[in-house]
Amino acid sequence: MAVRALGRGAAAAPGIEQAPIGIAIAGWLFALLGFFPVLYLVATSLKTEAAAVVLPPTFIPLPGLNLAPTEMPPFTFSPTFEQYQTILERGFGPYFARSILAVGGSTILVMILAVPCAYTLAFRMIEGWRDTLFFFISTKFLPPVGIIVPVYIIMRDLQLLDNMLALLIMYTAMNLPIAIWMLRSFFEEIPRDVLQAAQVDGADVWTTMLRVILPMVTPGLTATIFIAMIFAWNEFFFAVSLTATKAATVPIFMVGFVTSEGLFWAKLAAAGTMAMLPVVIAGWGAQRQLVRGLSLGAVK
Amino acid sequence: MATQQQALTFPRRRVPSLPLVGAFRNWSIGKTLATPAIVYAIIVTQLPFIITVWYSLLRWNLLRPDNIQFAGLDNYLFVATTDPIFPFALLNTVLLTTGSVLVALVFGLLFAELVNHRYPGRGIVRTMFITPFLIMPVVGALTWKNMMLNPVFGVVDYLMQLAKLPAIDWLAQFPLFAITGIVVWRWAPFMMLILLAGMQSLSDEIREAARMDGVSAIQEFRYIVLPHLNRFIQLGALLGSVYIVQEFDSIYMTTQGGPGSASTNLPFLIYQIAFAKKDVGESSALGVMVVILTIIATQYLLRVLSKLTEGD
Repeated sequence: MAVRALGRGAAAAPGIEQAPIGIAIAGWLFALLGFFPVLYLVATSLKTEAAAVVLPPTFIPLPGLNLAPTEMPPFTFSPTFEQYQTILERGFGPYFARSILAVGGSTILVMILAVPCAYTLAFRMIEGWRDTLFFFISTKFLPPVGIIVPVYIIMRDLQLLDNMLALLIMYTAMNLPIAIWMLRSFFEEIPRDVLQAAQVDGADVWTTMLRVILPMVTPGLTATIFIAMIFAWNEFFFAVSLTATKAATVPIFMVGFVTSEGLFWAKLAAAGTMAMLPVVIAGWGAQRQLVRGLSLGAVK
Repeated sequence: MATQQQALTFPRRRVPSLPLVGAFRNWSIGKTLATPAIVYAIIVTQLPFIITVWYSLLRWNLLRPDNIQFAGLDNYLFVATTDPIFPFALLNTVLLTTGSVLVALVFGLLFAELVNHRYPGRGIVRTMFITPFLIMPVVGALTWKNMMLNPVFGVVDYLMQLAKLPAIDWLAQFPLFAITGIVVWRWAPFMMLILLAGMQSLSDEIREAARMDGVSAIQEFRYIVLPHLNRFIQLGALLGSVYIVQEFDSIYMTTQGGPGSASTNLPFLIYQIAFAKKDVGESSALGVMVVILTIIATQYLLRVLSKLTEGD
């Protein structure tokens, strides 16, 4: 039996009636604690370098005061966008554009490959559908370090090192099993009657899939696309192994802050904020489907 | 017309004249739809792994590209007996993975229970809880390394100073512990999401009935919620292990495996041997060993997943 949650998201979730006040306080407290590093990162991105290292930590932007960082009221700093400007001037843009290209391209390719395959597996159109499903999951559990050496050498021989295409190929392979498992779980929620009705009406497989079934799983498609984009956007191992400068993506831009031990925290924070923001926003939007993607469709 | 179109777009009838027997004789639309993805996965993941196995049997360093020799099991022997870092990397991998998974599960359970109640702003609380998992790992690691854990200007050390505790350079003095902390911060939300789904699949009536019978909150959690969550805990622990065994980003961004090899795990060691030492044979042998370890671990995971997909 499939494990299936009754509720689908925060709003519809059942939850227990009337939480004791202690639970509410603890909830807010732990959430704020876990969220604090993110908040502090964004706050630091709006500081000058001098204000970035002020203690006690400041995280409330307070514009309009012309004071030295140490003379500001407690926990406040005067916000500035100069760090963002500096980071953009240092060529963050092309990294960002390449990330979008690698993520967008691989996600399109993933969906082109995964949708028909998941459809076939969900509706048992081939024998051995179960084995095929588990074949895909086993490719996901193959650690990247188990293939990186030949991948590097093959890409080198194909002149694809430091080329966007190399990342696009690897990200597609990385997300394909997740997409197939996730899509399959959405397809399986469709009653078989719908398929039969479409066939009785004389629709062929392509028409049934593209015109009848896909529109019914639009939320599932969106969620799958979001998950694929989140994983590809954040990917670092293949990026650092297979690219140098011409194809380097956003995470590689962040590597520049590893060695520069000089405290350029505000600049680091500005770059980091721009790097993480697209995925954080996408993830907030896809919250309700997130667990399904992460559990490969096993938990709904 | 529809039937004609059907015959045109996908030959459900057997392909008559192909000399290849078997697979092609019973070719169906299902195979047409599934094959591209299968072939892609084989070419990009399985084939390179087979080549890794082959490379692991060679003596081959990219710094001396013309000198490639067959070495048999020498690379494995070297890793197992001579490599000074391998035992530490193996131990670190086990410690980091089990430690992170266990602690993340405990926090995940706590967070899930906290979000599974109704109170003002629960949606915001939930959103804040999941955010660390969404943050780009390299950015999260840099934030912790600098703004949180820096021994002079970091927030954590500021708080310790307030508590009159001595300053600690976490990443230098306790690198594996600090990295485990960063990994837990990232993975507790993942565990929370899975366990929350589990909690929400437990009907309210059961919990309410228990409470009517005068069961205390702790008893309710211990005897009703936890047993129900068993499967979800397994799933979270296993998926978490599979991913955290591969942890690389946070180590690369914070300690680079150091000081010495105090925070080097197997993926980071392989990366170093492949790209700094440029030793194809040894890094491939290590890669094969990691894959074998993962296969052993995932056998169990596959059984759990299999149970979950059964009867769908």
